[in-house]
Amino acid sequence: MAQVVVVTSGKGGVGKTTSSAAFATGLAQAGKKTVVIDFDVGLRNLDLIMGVERRVVFDIVNVISGEAKLNQALIRDKRVDTLSILPASQTRDKDALTKEGVATIIEELSKDFDFILCDSPAGIEKGAMLALYFADQAVVVTNPEVSSVRDSDRILGVLQSKSKRAEEKKDPVKEHLLVTRYDPARVERGEMLKLEDVQDILRIPLLGVIPESESVLKASNTGNPVILDGESQAGQAYKDAVARFLGEDRPMRFIEAEKRGFFSRLFGGRAA
Amino acid sequence: MSWLSFFRGKQEEVPPTASAAKERLQIVLAHERISRKGEDFLPKLQKEIVELIAKHVAIEAERVNVSLERGGDMSTLAIAVEIPGPEPARRAS
Repeated sequence: MAQVVVVTSGKGGVGKTTSSAAFATGLAQAGKKTVVIDFDVGLRNLDLIMGVERRVVFDIVNVISGEAKLNQALIRDKRVDTLSILPASQTRDKDALTKEGVATIIEELSKDFDFILCDSPAGIEKGAMLALYFADQAVVVTNPEVSSVRDSDRILGVLQSKSKRAEEKKDPVKEHLLVTRYDPARVERGEMLKLEDVQDILRIPLLGVIPESESVLKASNTGNPVILDGESQAGQAYKDAVARFLGEDRPMRFIEAEKRGFFSRLFGGRAA
Repeated sequence: MSWLSFFRGKQEEVPPTASAAKERLQIVLAHERISRKGEDFLPKLQKEIVELIAKHVAIEAERVNVSLERGGDMSTLAIAVEIPGPEPARRAS
């Protein structure tokens, strides 16, 4: 039986799609048969971040409405062969998604995959509700910033009351905190919420910390999930997070500010 | 910091804002978590108090001033009701 994992946050722009792409790629690299579904109907972007935008023929709405078979809509990744992408529709509105339709897709995917990742849209409307409804586990993506933390708390409440597991009174959805865009230097200056503060407030187990990194933009520019950039701190941090997700014990990295030398302080500029 | 500011000497000290962020979040979330469970009695309390007063005196809605301050350890609900005097002449004094 596949594990259904939702990547969610409530707030937009915190890195859900970046994290979904990185996580799906990381799980697949670890040999797990993984499919990642874009639930942002009307505003699809996972295809771009994954670099498969030119290979989209059918999408999730075509499958639900019976215009295409599921395996026609799935895009096989060319870099990691255990990875598939199911894109969202760009033209239809979010009402085209139905609970029954999504249930059928997830059931069918469960036969062939180990992990089904659901990339949630922002907000708490239909797309977001459906993305988290079938989840066994949730990766809650949070920036160290007040509105993001508040929205994450809200989404945790929704997971605990509106998910299928909650409705059927089964074991609760397993929650993981993924802090993204963390800037240790700003934390040190007291300008940004500390990791401990975010953990203290949300009170769910920490899966990983992704440092603010220029490599994330570079990765999205070229359509390569940042986890494939083994040189970058963000890529390494995602690799660690995936390993922890699969049960490995790894220490947190990139959470302390780098000491800056005399010349870098004199001439400014930012760390890579 | 660029090389110019290096020569300008120490910059103005900016008070750290992260602790304010944490404090504000803790307070607002404590209240939101309660109201999510449907246990936030303050709005109901406010409504019932105003209704009770209205049973005894005729009060105008715009003469009721309600202020609610949600705090970490304690919240304050202040309801100021302007009760009309027996005659209009005396209210003017």
